[in-house]
Amino acid sequence: MNTLVCVKRVPATGARVTLTPDEQAIDARYLSFAVGPHEECAIEAAVQIAEEYDGDVTVLTLGEADAVEQLRYALAMGAHEMILLETEDGDSDWGPMATAGAIVDAIRQKEAEGDAFDILLFGNDSADAGGFQVGVRVAYALGLPVVTGVKGLEISDGHATARREGGGGWEVYEVDLPAVFTVKEGLNLPRYPSIPGKLRARRRKPETIAPNRGEDGLEKIRLKVPETEKKQAQILGHGPEAAPKVADILEELGLLS
Amino acid sequence: MQSEDMMSTIPEHANVVIIGAGIVGNSVVYHLARKGWTDMVLIDKGPLPNPGGSTGHASNFIFLVDHNKEMAALTLDSTRQFKDLGVFTQSGGIEVARTEARMEEFRRRMASSKAWGIESYLITPAEIKELVPYINEEILLGGFYTPGVGVVDSLRAGTLMREYAVDKGALTLSPNTEVLDIEVKNGRVTAVVTNRGRVAADYVLIAAGVWSPRLARMAGATIPLTPAVHQMISVGPIPILEQTGGEIKYPIVRDMDTFMYERQNGSDMEVGSYAHRPILMRADDIPSIEEARLSPTELPFTEEDFDPQLEQALELMPDILGDERAGIRHAINGLLSLTPDGFPLLGETVEVKNLWSAAAVWIKEGPGVGRMIAEWMTDGYSEIDAHHSDISRFYDYARSEHHIRARTSEAFNKTYGIVHPREQWESNRNVRVSPFYSREQDLGAVFFETAGWERPQWYESNAKLLEEFGDRVNQRPHEWDARWWSPIINAEHLAMRERVAMVDLSAFALFDIKGPGALDVVQQVAVAQMDVPVGRGVYTPLLLPNGGFKSDLTIMRLGEDHFRVVSGGGDGARDRKWFVDHLPEDGSAQLHDVTSGVSTIGVWGPKARDLLQSVTDDDVSNEAIRYGRVKPIRIGGITVHAFRISYVGELGWEIYIPTEYALHVWDILWEAGQPLGVSTAGIGVYGTTGRLEKGYRLFGAELDSEYTPMEAGLARRKVKEQDFVGKEAYVRALAEEPAAILCTLTVDDHTSASGIKRYMQGNEPILTPDGERIVDAHGRGSYVTSAGAGPSVGKYILMSYLPPEYAKEGEKLLVEYMAEQYPVTVAVVGSRPLFDPKNERMKG
Repeated sequence: MNTLVCVKRVPATGARVTLTPDEQAIDARYLSFAVGPHEECAIEAAVQIAEEYDGDVTVLTLGEADAVEQLRYALAMGAHEMILLETEDGDSDWGPMATAGAIVDAIRQKEAEGDAFDILLFGNDSADAGGFQVGVRVAYALGLPVVTGVKGLEISDGHATARREGGGGWEVYEVDLPAVFTVKEGLNLPRYPSIPGKLRARRRKPETIAPNRGEDGLEKIRLKVPETEKKQAQILGHGPEAAPKVADILEELGLLS
Repeated sequence: MQSEDMMSTIPEHANVVIIGAGIVGNSVVYHLARKGWTDMVLIDKGPLPNPGGSTGHASNFIFLVDHNKEMAALTLDSTRQFKDLGVFTQSGGIEVARTEARMEEFRRRMASSKAWGIESYLITPAEIKELVPYINEEILLGGFYTPGVGVVDSLRAGTLMREYAVDKGALTLSPNTEVLDIEVKNGRVTAVVTNRGRVAADYVLIAAGVWSPRLARMAGATIPLTPAVHQMISVGPIPILEQTGGEIKYPIVRDMDTFMYERQNGSDMEVGSYAHRPILMRADDIPSIEEARLSPTELPFTEEDFDPQLEQALELMPDILGDERAGIRHAINGLLSLTPDGFPLLGETVEVKNLWSAAAVWIKEGPGVGRMIAEWMTDGYSEIDAHHSDISRFYDYARSEHHIRARTSEAFNKTYGIVHPREQWESNRNVRVSPFYSREQDLGAVFFETAGWERPQWYESNAKLLEEFGDRVNQRPHEWDARWWSPIINAEHLAMRERVAMVDLSAFALFDIKGPGALDVVQQVAVAQMDVPVGRGVYTPLLLPNGGFKSDLTIMRLGEDHFRVVSGGGDGARDRKWFVDHLPEDGSAQLHDVTSGVSTIGVWGPKARDLLQSVTDDDVSNEAIRYGRVKPIRIGGITVHAFRISYVGELGWEIYIPTEYALHVWDILWEAGQPLGVSTAGIGVYGTTGRLEKGYRLFGAELDSEYTPMEAGLARRKVKEQDFVGKEAYVRALAEEPAAILCTLTVDDHTSASGIKRYMQGNEPILTPDGERIVDAHGRGSYVTSAGAGPSVGKYILMSYLPPEYAKEGEKLLVEYMAEQYPVTVAVVGSRPLFDPKNERMKG
């Protein structure tokens, strides 16, 4: 049971987002890079599948040379192989069509080499651009079934059961493999990489493929940081006297019955 | 209900504004409140209790032993305070060695441990394993175990201390308040401007850690530190740690040879490193609270810098860190403060009156520094001597970013390093050189640095003297003892005592105090009577109000209203501030720093007069220039000041020469000295061998604010009528039996257990014949303040303060060095010289 996980190198946010002066990118001076939370779950799912069904996990990304950091992170979590679709320096900002096209090329190349994938996992949407497209486009191009927004995934002989949240309940899909799943945070609790995992990943080099940049349907004009509501803390009181007010608020929030 | 933004209106006036609510700021307000200060305002730009500075991400562990007395004292005081606050958890700490060199360092640490009264043990790998069951003892040679090591809750400590001051009604808190400007008028701080308003203030204290340089700059002052990265990761959950159910149950391990530590933190193991490349920042480049993902001082982890450490950590603790289920849950590049010499930055800034610094302080020193600063601000001195940390120790060049970055880059990887007490810096050298530098280079000078000055420690060209003096020059067979040292020093010493030597003293810090008020200025700071005839030079202690030493130096009276202060290069910056602080406000006396304009040569030895007389038409006989007199004479047509004095106990002069003529004068002396057998002597002779044979005290070694002139054997029975700083305490001390007396000891036998002769380097404990610590009535342990050869007396000399019951000539004691004990004898009690006790050579 071989799984492909596609990840993207994105700035690890959590603080106020600052843009570069040309408004074309996020200012990453104080930020590190990571794979998004959906994709961390995808890696975790793939590693669990491999542990259970004895297969390989290949992690793939499209980006500049430094994106190997995210591939190695996945390796430290337990993935086995890395593919880097290495773009030219300063040319990692590919739209969803071009990205999907390059991934499809790579998958076909691997198939031709005898390395076919049974399961293809994507994050539901990237943590930075949020296009919701790449997984769907790859599935379409390869003629594979796709389930998006997956928050539950079970594999059994030759097919998968995928669950996604639907108005007040769960939608359950039975899919024959191979298939594409775009997964969401909450699918599982991703593990942290261990020290032995880090050491294993450290010296490994990814298989590098030079991707061809095809057409893109989207054109980026500029980025804009949306207005966020200013947080205002309220002090309810000090010491024991504050307790009744705290209780009132908890009641208001429906946390007390 | 009130929003926090609206909550605090900032007072319009405060006695003191403290900027920074980390461990330091909180400790300072606590101790100031205890000392009776009121109307204090504590500002931080972040929220309480964790405003986002280095305190918030500190590892919070406290190792007690430091080779430096001041730092050890601050750490011990802080530990006591943390215990009193109930935030200290004792875990014990083991420093482990992977190399023999490190084991030797541990033996040296045993001496420091005993000198400062800390309980420590050398333990075997098996004993380490017993204490830390998950350690791989097979790669270890041994450990240095200190049971009193522990961890603290520094945020809780800060909160308790802050609340004490608030409850006392002495303190207003102003969190979430950004300082926009610090106002200064006539060189004195007047106000702090914030985004919540302006606070007029008599005093402002910057305790803002990594942001301190930026705040100081607002006032036109400097706080010379740089923010630097220290990496740490947290790995867990680890079952054996989880089972302890507490924050820490196992001793903290410092893996010294890999520059790392492993410290239990609940169910996680925190691994920290000082092994990575120095990663320096600038205060202006630290992200704001909003821009920072975690906190402004917790920057994104740069994995590649830590990678090599992972393997070393795994090697040390394979069972727990090799567990695939234990993940790296947290990893940061934490910011901390580094200074050019590794010491904190405490005291009033040099540039602005009443603007104080308490920066570059680690958790382990925080509360001790708080107490030190509060005492200093209130009483003008602190119980623990502060001279190493005194921010005024830096000359202008050393406060520059250029210097800070050079030295901190070099020092970072020495955090856990084995640093020899004489080890020299490699970076930013040749900053200050004397006019004689090229001549010295030609003579093979080996330069040591003091305060930027390059001073010859010895001259390789004097190796030829080794043969002449044969056995009288002792060797040091052990590499450590001989490191940064040469037997040539002893040969230079003997040549000086037999013939004559020239010593470059250009690193002297020289200040001319001039004006109608000049006499009052020097009278006020000097213990000695300064109203002496023109042409007289006077050696004098300078005291703090407690009667302890501020400094000791020489002052010459060159005119009715003209005094020249001569201080050592290493002390000159601090001393300069002391004199500036005592200048009259009416401008009737001024200080002129003439260090750069005057260069100095010492000419000493039995043939010194022959040499000097041969190059001048002026009379330099004993009648013409008596001991302690200074007189202008001409050498090669140049007017110089010849000051008859000696720090090495020989006939001779310090010759003060206008700098541009100095090389000319050097060449004349050198040439004229050839028939007399003149040689050069380095600071090895001047500062150690010559000095110790004469029992001369050195500030920072024998003398600091914890000891008085009475104890140092420098008190005079006659006390001058005029007032001076520390007079009351000085007079009181004269009437009391001193708790300790500075003694000269000699080593009876240097032979170690392995048969190699060993030579103490200083800071070792002096012990009773039973091997017990010697502690005086004030709780001060006896330790070696200076150590060095006495080639002319054929003894190895140690100086140490001893309580009266041991301060008896002929008393047999022990000194502990590298975990072995050696017999010593008290040779002199007090200041009588071992060599030429009647000073006939100097005064003849």
